[in-house]
Amino acid sequence: MRITQGAFSFLPDLTDEQITKQVQYCIDNSWAVSLEFTDDPHPRNTYWEMWGHPMFDNPDAAALMMELKECRKVYGDRYIRVVAFDASHGWESVKLSFIVNRPANEPGFHLQRQEAAGRVIRYTTRPYAADKPAGERYG
Amino acid sequence: MAEAAVKELEDGGDIPAAIDLRAEYAESGVKDVLEELDRELIGLKPVKQRIRETAALLLVERARRRLGLAHETPTLHMSFSGNPGTGKTTVALRMADLLHRLGYIRKGHLVSVTRDDLVGQYIGHTAPKTKEILKKAMGGVLFIDEAYYLYRQENERDYGQEAIEILLQVMENQRDDLVVILAGYADKMEKFFTSNPGFRSRIAHHIDFPDYTDDELLQIAEIMLSKQNYHFDEKARAVMADYIATRRRQPHFANARSIRNALDRARLRQANRLFETAPGPVDAEALSTIGAEDLRVSRVFSKAKEEQAS
Repeated sequence: MRITQGAFSFLPDLTDEQITKQVQYCIDNSWAVSLEFTDDPHPRNTYWEMWGHPMFDNPDAAALMMELKECRKVYGDRYIRVVAFDASHGWESVKLSFIVNRPANEPGFHLQRQEAAGRVIRYTTRPYAADKPAGERYG
Repeated sequence: MAEAAVKELEDGGDIPAAIDLRAEYAESGVKDVLEELDRELIGLKPVKQRIRETAALLLVERARRRLGLAHETPTLHMSFSGNPGTGKTTVALRMADLLHRLGYIRKGHLVSVTRDDLVGQYIGHTAPKTKEILKKAMGGVLFIDEAYYLYRQENERDYGQEAIEILLQVMENQRDDLVVILAGYADKMEKFFTSNPGFRSRIAHHIDFPDYTDDELLQIAEIMLSKQNYHFDEKARAVMADYIATRRRQPHFANARSIRNALDRARLRQANRLFETAPGPVDAEALSTIGAEDLRVSRVFSKAKEEQAS
């Protein structure tokens, strides 16, 4: 099951050229771009691992693309996303984030039902991938 | 109508049948950059010539690309060699502007670094540091001043080697993303290239910066002063010409930079003189005139006299 988080996730995967253009758009708006990766795709897992520092003073998208290439070499079997952070006063938050790399096989989520007091049912989801320990989940 | 449409198809859609290089030259803004270069930089004939040739090549290459002819992004990495104060950094700035206008780099900014910015202090510190700089320079020009300090022959475990390797890799693989300009004194650069053949083969343009002649330096001095709203009086100009000739024979002569320093000191003396000797209120003319006495007390002259005496 395809994970849909962040922008553009209902579209086909972006090509590198498209990623470059999106990143350049972010930089031109003076947002700091950075890369993050994870192998825990649960939607509530907001804090992904950082790949290097956010790039506050690189005027060109090629810099991020270089890092992305490196990151894919190491964590090509995990989810990688581009995060664009707006540091301007009053915002100080992420303005755009989108997935730029995903595992070849995405097993999806298990829907778990818990029968509670009375006839109440509590629902929760759990990624199938999370059965395995971190670092061995994909590939 | 129909005929016209057919003709357009035969031409292959957007591909123009011919490109007017002259118009292209004016439109792309290259003309402005080159004219500015001519106007604002004194002397440096061979440098200007080389830049003009490079610009012509790039312009033709661009025209070829637009006509759909086979083209390959030319290697644009350069090396500037010349004595201190001959305008290497200034020309690098113009070069960045030129390449930007021709569309060979996307942003046209110049990141100027030396060894300290690239090489780290302990193991594992160099690679991230170098990469950080490279990332900053992407889309523009990376100007490495005194590049030969990256390589220390006497110490084979020097971290400079690591920076060199990363640089070479990026220079080769990301030619579209940034242009590297190495700069430094001619003899040391030569040695550097001999011990790092990888650099020589990746650099297409070697540009030599000649020393300025005495006349050129005098012109430069006058331009520098006029930019700050100062000027020489008649006598002072003659003394300055004398100063330049004398200073050149002394050690650590750094062309335009020496002149700038001399002028800074002259301004200091002028201020002091006005402060101590002015009988009453001073006017703008007095405040902006550098007199012969402000230059003549320079150490350069006393030193020259000592040498003559001994």
